Amino acid sequence: MGLRFDHLSLSLRGRPVLRDVSGAIAPGGITVILGANGAGKSTLLSCLAALRKPDAGTVTLDGRTLDSVPAQERARKIGLLPQQADIHWDINVRALVALGRLPHHGRWRRSSEDEIAIEEAMAQTDCARFADRKALRLSGGEQARVLLARILAGRPEWILADEPIASLDPAHQMDALACFRAAAQAGAGVALVLHDLTQAARIADHLIIMKEGRIIASGPVADVLTPEILQAAYGVRIYIGHDETGASIIAPVAKLS
Amino acid sequence: MKLNIGLLFALVVAMLASLMAGRTWVPFDHWLSGDLQSLIVMELRLPRACVGAIVGASLGMAGAAMQGYLRNPLADPGLFGVSSSAALGAVVSLYFGFAASAWLLPLFALAGAGFGMAALAILAGRSGSLVLFTLAGVILSSLTGAFTSLLISLAPTPFASSEIVTWLMGALVDRSWDDVRLALPVSGVGMAVMLVAARSLDALTLGDAAARSLGVNMERLQWMIVIGIGLTVGSSVAVAGIIGFVGLVVPHLVRPLVGHQPSALLIPSALAGAILVVLADCMVRILPSASEVRLGIAMASLGTPFFILLLFRMRREIA
Repeated sequence: MGLRFDHLSLSLRGRPVLRDVSGAIAPGGITVILGANGAGKSTLLSCLAALRKPDAGTVTLDGRTLDSVPAQERARKIGLLPQQADIHWDINVRALVALGRLPHHGRWRRSSEDEIAIEEAMAQTDCARFADRKALRLSGGEQARVLLARILAGRPEWILADEPIASLDPAHQMDALACFRAAAQAGAGVALVLHDLTQAARIADHLIIMKEGRIIASGPVADVLTPEILQAAYGVRIYIGHDETGASIIAPVAKLS
Repeated sequence: MKLNIGLLFALVVAMLASLMAGRTWVPFDHWLSGDLQSLIVMELRLPRACVGAIVGASLGMAGAAMQGYLRNPLADPGLFGVSSSAALGAVVSLYFGFAASAWLLPLFALAGAGFGMAALAILAGRSGSLVLFTLAGVILSSLTGAFTSLLISLAPTPFASSEIVTWLMGALVDRSWDDVRLALPVSGVGMAVMLVAARSLDALTLGDAAARSLGVNMERLQWMIVIGIGLTVGSSVAVAGIIGFVGLVVPHLVRPLVGHQPSALLIPSALAGAILVVLADCMVRILPSASEVRLGIAMASLGTPFFILLLFRMRREIA
């Protein structure tokens, strides 16, 4: 059960982007995917969201292959937050968050359940204050929170987020991660692509580390976040320290030559 | 909803006004009397107002759907090349002199629109890609435009070529109930298809990837847009020739009133487009010129100052 991927391989324009990767996103937890640019993280997420079809291998959702799940049902179960924050029209924030309910409501009307989910999502992401403002007039960080609220409003069983905190200030980074944690505690399986190693170490229940289209390490934080593995993944020397609570502080120090 | 009711009311007023507009004044008590004067109202002005409303509504909604689909506020329904292929169809019928029958020219125009939609399908393939699709539209409109020019230059008599050129300018002169019977069902189906696609247009606000993750089938959406725009634009070219600016300007004007949401834009754009065309048609009828100014020309000359105003406003916003 859960969201599994087995032996996925995919080439884009003749370049292999995924090479025989297998694993699973566990429900009720946060899986963080790490790796250098071009390691295949975003491609893996888009395969899991059925936006790309792998050349080989299968993705299964609760035992069914992803292809066989109807698009509407898939959209209700899997929420994808793409890396690129596209907002094309200057709609107001509430209307944008409401888009997350599209796979749920009938053709024209939103139910009271939809409305509750929308308000809750905005409250969780600290967006309620500017619910009636125009989305395009917000700052980049505010927009990122609104887009996160859009995902949460759909109450998906699976959340796939590609660098969801990259444009946020530290306080809102922690708020956003807390939202993901709350969703995971409510039973959702969350997969995050992150670049901040310290945040990754603190939030992850499970880590997947990718390099050049392969998974080079996968497991709980303590087993995987070692200097050796991180250096292999990123090609930089890594410092791992601990703060007064014993939590890790992981920082890249210098490029390995 | 309030907006739609207001626009509907304005449309009724505009259509009543268009029943009064013209060289001859028909007193109200003669409208239903059955005499010659009543024929002016019931058989000339009323069908003309109805055709104007259908054409305006078609172009307005097609423009709104087009802009929503391409996520570009400057997109025009003519961009897909459907209107120029419909025009080519009509020009073919004029060239061969088939236009003697009232039905043939519009049918040729509709066939042209159908050909345009099929050509788009072949050129753009099944990718659902916006870039390919827009390119296919550009290719189609320049190709059909070239053929239209070819037919004009090859026309057997100067009279035939001037007939073609005049027709291309777009007008509602001498429309009959036949035109209403032809345009209404075709446009109606086209608009219904666009309304079904409305929610997918909303999802596209978040971009391609997010829309697909929300369950939008891009390929299906592409064909709904092609069919919706093809039928509405095709039928309006068939009964009125090429009338520009409505599809571009109207959604632009209405958009701030509906909070910029693509789905909420469709019906108000249709109503506002109908109002605009009916009013512009009243205007060309009462202008004191020797012969009636062609509606297409009037539309373009109305549209240009509007765009200059828009440009100045954007310049202020950028500065």
